[in-house]
Amino acid sequence: MGPGGTRMIVAAFDFGDAIDFILNGRESVTGGVRIGGSELLPQLWRHLELTGAAVGIACAVALPLALWLGHLRKGQFAVASIANVGRAVPSLALIGFAVAYIGLGFPNALLALTLLAIPPIFVNAYVGIAQVEPDIVDAARGQGMTEPGIVRRVELPLAVPLVFGGIRTSVVNVIATATIAPLIGVVTLGDAIVSPQVYGDAGQLGAAICVALLAIAAEVTLALIQMLVTPKGLKLSSTRRRGFPFMSMRRVEVS
Amino acid sequence: MAAALEFQQVSKTYPGSDEPAIQSLSFEVPAGDICVLVGPSGCGKTTTMRMVNRMVSITSGEILLDGRSVLDRKAYELRREIGYTIQQIGLFPHETVAANIATVPKLLGWPKDRIRDRVGALLDMFSLPQDMAGRYPAQLSGGQRQRVGVARALASDPSIMLMDEPFGAIDPITRGRLQNEFLRLQGELRKTIVFVTHDIDEAIKMGDRIAVLKKGGVLAQYATPAELLLAPVDAFVEDFVGADRALKRLALLRVRDVDLWKAPRVRPGDPVAQAQEQVADSDLPYSLLIDADGKPLGWLSDRDLAGERVPDEADTAPTPRLDQDSVLRDALAELLEEDTQYGPVVDERGAVIGVLSIELIAQFLASKDPRELDPPERAGVEP
Amino acid sequence: MSWLTLFAQVQIHHRASDCESNNGFCPDWIIKNFGDRYVDPFFRHLELVVISVLVGFVIAFALGIVAHRRRWLVGPVVGITGVLYTIPSVAAFLLLVPITGFGLLTAVIALSSYTLLIIFRNVVAGLAAAPAEARDAALGMGLTDSQVLWRVEVPLALPEIFAGVRIATTTTVGLAALAFFANAGGLGGLIFGDLVFKSNVVVAGGLCIVMAFVLDGLLLFAQRLSTPWVRAARA
Repeated sequence: MGPGGTRMIVAAFDFGDAIDFILNGRESVTGGVRIGGSELLPQLWRHLELTGAAVGIACAVALPLALWLGHLRKGQFAVASIANVGRAVPSLALIGFAVAYIGLGFPNALLALTLLAIPPIFVNAYVGIAQVEPDIVDAARGQGMTEPGIVRRVELPLAVPLVFGGIRTSVVNVIATATIAPLIGVVTLGDAIVSPQVYGDAGQLGAAICVALLAIAAEVTLALIQMLVTPKGLKLSSTRRRGFPFMSMRRVEVS
Repeated sequence: MAAALEFQQVSKTYPGSDEPAIQSLSFEVPAGDICVLVGPSGCGKTTTMRMVNRMVSITSGEILLDGRSVLDRKAYELRREIGYTIQQIGLFPHETVAANIATVPKLLGWPKDRIRDRVGALLDMFSLPQDMAGRYPAQLSGGQRQRVGVARALASDPSIMLMDEPFGAIDPITRGRLQNEFLRLQGELRKTIVFVTHDIDEAIKMGDRIAVLKKGGVLAQYATPAELLLAPVDAFVEDFVGADRALKRLALLRVRDVDLWKAPRVRPGDPVAQAQEQVADSDLPYSLLIDADGKPLGWLSDRDLAGERVPDEADTAPTPRLDQDSVLRDALAELLEEDTQYGPVVDERGAVIGVLSIELIAQFLASKDPRELDPPERAGVEP
Repeated sequence: MSWLTLFAQVQIHHRASDCESNNGFCPDWIIKNFGDRYVDPFFRHLELVVISVLVGFVIAFALGIVAHRRRWLVGPVVGITGVLYTIPSVAAFLLLVPITGFGLLTAVIALSSYTLLIIFRNVVAGLAAAPAEARDAALGMGLTDSQVLWRVEVPLALPEIFAGVRIATTTTVGLAALAFFANAGGLGGLIFGDLVFKSNVVVAGGLCIVMAFVLDGLLLFAQRLSTPWVRAARA
């Protein structure tokens, strides 16, 4: 059995140990503290709390502005800049800036993560509204709809896939970054990842598995919700679009 | 050198469909002729054309090019020998005009200089400036793009051309001009052309032979334009060709084919007495002022001829200038629009060769039998 | 006079250590330590990004070309690459370590997996966007299927493909900051190493951001260079 085979067996053991860490508790490496098993639940809760709050605030801040600007079809350069900057700033750097300049604690973590969550939501919502065909908007205006009415009844339903796509992207990004939130003092599932000296290698790997599963679960849930929320007419038309039926379900990343 | 085309009982049925799209179509196109496929939408005219270059597969029957079946060689080899233009033109947006035109020659492996010369010659042939070679299709107007599309199809000097509504996407004024240019070219090049259109007027103007198709690809009548107008074979053809057949006859004759009136032509500075002598000799009571190249500058009134010498400018503009290759129908339309009885007829260089009047056109309408005119004469080529 | 210079030197020196101990933003400290601390990780980070994007591009482009002719592949590929994209990068690094060990290979595998979805989607969308009439004309003139693909469809897809590569690159710069979890080096390790010191965080984080913008700019330049007809159309 060659080195590849040995590696596989060792890997199997590592994963086995990690899964044991997730399911059952154990004593920490440094001794004296229970880790793993049910101890992970408060961390999971913290993780969800942080994510939900950050995305929620980001939606509240970014969506109205994006819908309004998108409807007016103004400020395209600002939107492009936000998209670029949002993508270029690494999450770790954001956390780093937060720790260095504003300190530790839940509110600070929340601030950093909210800033992270805003660009995808903002950009996708803007593009979603702005790309509604002007003819349709014109027709609605001609029928006597008010401007907010047009947004609510015409543009928003048509923009649902993109708006939702932005929210999904943000959720996954924030879940990922919340993993290193322990650096800023909030104990999420990533605690075992940033402190392997306490949790051990199995703990680190176990936490990684948990975070991955959490992200996938969130993505799938949001995809299902999106399918329920998308107006039927839109679903039908997008499945016919150039043979890309999956496109309506996928997050759409905007360049 | 042009190829002869023959359809032998060609049928096309799409898989999963009960009705055939094309039913046992048979006709022949002699080398050098323009065959127009015309009919209502859904009659299969485009499908028929696309079977020649195998863009649509043949279900049964044979299509022969110069006696050789089109199935005889690989599809892409066949297509490199056939000129092909489509309604939306389909120029490659990412290539320059020169690269677009050079597509088939490059595929055939022509040497670079030969390609370069050919591109230059084609640009000249279509009256396009040489610097257009480096531009991109997005920078061209609709009419220019159309011309480049046809030039591209002609690039490798194919023996047969397939053209699907080549002038369809153009405004009517430019279309008329492009049609005239094209017929002038065809007069020199003499290619075999299969031309698809839904416009019966275009068919009559452009075709040497016309195939009128009914729904289901059934050939209703295959005849010369004159026969079609004078002896439609059934009610369908008669309806399709249109009730105003008499006026459609005007599309059969070109301005240059008519015995034009002679007009006195004088240049600025000529003695007035000479001008007045010429008037006595001619069919018209007015003189035409022309420049050194023979181009018309205006009609001279009595007041213009009051002095010793012919003035530099004339009172009345010489509009409409009628192209000698225009069909009489278009010329009549131009005369009526300018609200004038007659207009000077010019050749390709713009020089005056005679005068056409509404009276002359009326004389033609009154005459009996356009069958006296053979198709080659009709196309305006010296036999 | 010499009194003053002596006094001034003492003052400056005092201020420098003041700056550090007060956790401020210290340009002197930065300049002094830049070469030692930041240059190697910077290039390591750059290396990670470039290799990962290249590998991801080659795979995604090949998949895109194949899926262009076999549409049924698009769904499954997007599904798989989508799952890879959803897994947070930190978790991905750690999950791979038992299998592929610590180091460059693990980091590249994880990072290039992220680029797959974006680039694949853009390649497929770009190829599909070639105008149908250009394709019809190309076939009708006698180009073979593969010639139509490489001489017409791919060039016309370049703007979309480049857009995907640009997004993938800037995203990868950010994700590579976490590559130190797989012991692959990069600027992230520096940030992680001293989160509290403002100067450190600003320099390391700032270098990441600068790298992202510069790479994006270079790719944009390459895009403009390779698609002259787009510029002409706008003119």
